[in-house]
Amino acid sequence: MNRPVLALFCLLVGTSAGGAGTIKPADVQFSDGAVAASLTGAAGNVQEGRKVFISRKLGNCLACHANEDMAKQQFHGEVGPSLDGVADRWDEAQLRGILINSKETFEGTIMPAFYVDGGFPRTKEKFKGKTILSAQQLEDVLAYLVTLKEQ
Amino acid sequence: MKKRAVFFRALLVSGFAVGMAGADENAQLVIEGETLVTKAAAPAHLQDNLDEIYSGWVFRSNETQALQLDDFDNPAFVFIDAAMDQYQQVEGSADKSCQSCHEDVEEFKGLRTQMPRIVDGKVQTMEDQINKCRTEQMGAEAWKYTGSDMTAMSALIGFQSRGMAMNIKIDGEAKPFWEKGKEIYYTRHGQLDMACSNCHEDNYGNNIRADHLSQGQLNGFPTYRLKNAKLNAVHSRLFGCIRDVRAEPYKVGSDELKALELYVSSRANGLSVETPSVRN
Ligand code: HEC
Ligand code: HEC
Ligand code: HEC
Repeated sequence: MNRPVLALFCLLVGTSAGGAGTIKPADVQFSDGAVAASLTGAAGNVQEGRKVFISRKLGNCLACHANEDMAKQQFHGEVGPSLDGVADRWDEAQLRGILINSKETFEGTIMPAFYVDGGFPRTKEKFKGKTILSAQQLEDVLAYLVTLKEQ
Repeated sequence: MKKRAVFFRALLVSGFAVGMAGADENAQLVIEGETLVTKAAAPAHLQDNLDEIYSGWVFRSNETQALQLDDFDNPAFVFIDAAMDQYQQVEGSADKSCQSCHEDVEEFKGLRTQMPRIVDGKVQTMEDQINKCRTEQMGAEAWKYTGSDMTAMSALIGFQSRGMAMNIKIDGEAKPFWEKGKEIYYTRHGQLDMACSNCHEDNYGNNIRADHLSQGQLNGFPTYRLKNAKLNAVHSRLFGCIRDVRAEPYKVGSDELKALELYVSSRANGLSVETPSVRN
C-alpha cells in the first residue's frame, strides 16, 4: 500500500487517538465545558485547521455554520450560529471544550462531539472506538477558530 | 417515450446549474387541476412537537418543484409506464399476471394512504404485499425489496391514491410497532450521535450545507431523485439517513425499518399522497 492511499484510508475511517504525550479522549478534563490543556501539548496549525474545517469527511463545520472568512466556499449551513467573530465570544479553553464535546457546553445540541470515542449506540463498525478528529486535527481547527475575531 | 427522456435530461441539467435557487414556500402543488395538500395541521400524536406538517416538496427548489407539476415532465412516469407493462406480464408457475386477478390497477385507489398496515400480527409494507402476491398467488420469485421492479410497481400502486390524505392507523394492533418506530426516530445513534428528530424536527427549513432540510416525510414515496435519476424506495432513504450519521443501518426489509416506516408514515397523516414525487 503506498502512502497517499494509506493517508486517505485513515481519513475515511476516522482516527484513533495516537502519539506519545497525546491526551486520550477518556482522559480529557473539563471545567465548566472548557478544556485548558492542549490535547497534543503543542499549538495547532492554522492552515491545516482551515482544511479540516472545510473537509466534508473531517470537520464539515460548514454543514452547520456560516463563516464569512470562507465566503469562497459554496454552501454554508444554518443549523448552528455563524462563526464570525467566535473568538470574541469564547476563549481558547472554552472553544477547545466545545470542539471536544459540545454537549458539555450546550446540552442536547445537534453538534457532534469531535473527540469522544465511544458511547454512541449502533456506531458503524469502522468508526467504533474512533474519534471524528485526531488530537492534532482538533488542535489545528482550534488554532484556526482562535483567529476568527472581529474586534 | 424517447422524447420524454430527452426533455427530462435537459431539465435535469438546467436544474443542477441553477442549483439552490430559493423555493417559494407558498407555492401550491397543483397537478392536472388538482391541488394537493402540502401543509396541514400536525396529527394529534405529534402536536406536542410540531404544529404543522409539510411535504418535502415545499422545501425543494423551484426547478425541482416544477418537475412534479406535470406528469409529462415528471421523470418518474417512465418507470410507472414500465410497471404498467410488468403488471400485464404473465409470470410464475400459476401462469398469471397481476392483471389476471386485479383487472384494473385503479382498484388500489386509497391503499397507499394506509400503508404500512398490520396483517397477521406483523407490519405489512407495500413491498411485502406485492411479494406476497408474487410468491403465493403467482408462484413467481419474490422481488428484491428495494429493486427497480419492486419500486416501480410500488409507485404504480401508490400513484392510484395520489391526492388522497395519508391515514396510517397507529392504534390497536399497530400500537406496539408504532411505539418501536417512534423510539428509533428519537434515539441518537452513530458516531455523529444524531436522531432523525435532530434534523427533521428541530431543523427543518434550515440548510445543512447544500441541503434544505425537510421534515423527512414519506407521503411522496417511492420518490424520483435527481441525484441518482431513478425511483427510490422508502427503505433506501431510511437506510441512507442512518448511514450518513455513521450508524449501522438496519437492513432493508428488516422489522426495525418497517416499524420506523410505520411511525414516520404516520407523521404525514393529513398530507396528500404525492407518489411519485420528485426530489433532489
Ligand atoms: C450538525 C451541525 C453542526 C456541526 C457539523 C458543527 N456544529 Fe458547531 N454548533 C452547532 C450548533 C447547533 C451550535 C449551537 C449550540 C446549540 O445551542 O446547540 C453550535 C455551536 C458551535 C460553537 C459556539 C458558537 C457560538 O457562537 O456560541 C462553535 C465554536 C462551534 N459550534 C464550532 C464548530 C466547529 C469548529 C465545527 C467543525 C469542526 C462545528 N461546530 C460543527 C452545530 C454544528
Ligand atoms: C391469483 C390471483 C392474484 C394475482 C396473480 C395477484 N394477486 Fe394481488 N391479491 C390477490 C388476493 C387474493 C389478495 C388479497 C389477499 C392477500 O393479500 O393475499 C390480493 C391483494 C393485493 C393487494 C392488496 C389490496 C388491498 O386493497 O388490500 C395488492 C396491492 C396486490 N394484491 C397487488 C398485486 C400485484 C402488484 C400483483 C402482481 C405482481 C398481484 N397482486 C397478483 C390475488 C392476486
Ligand atoms: C444529519 C441530518 C439528518 C438526519 C439525522 C436524518 N436525516 Fe433524513 N434527510 C436528511 C437530508 C439532508 C435529506 C434530504 C433533504 C430533505 O428532504 O430533508 C433527508 C431526507 C429524508 C427523507 C426524504 C424526504 C422526502 O421528502 O423525500 C426522509 C423520509 C428522511 N430523511 C427520513 C429520516 C429518518 C427516518 C431519519 C432517522 C433514521 C433521518 N431522516 C435522519 C438529513 C438527515
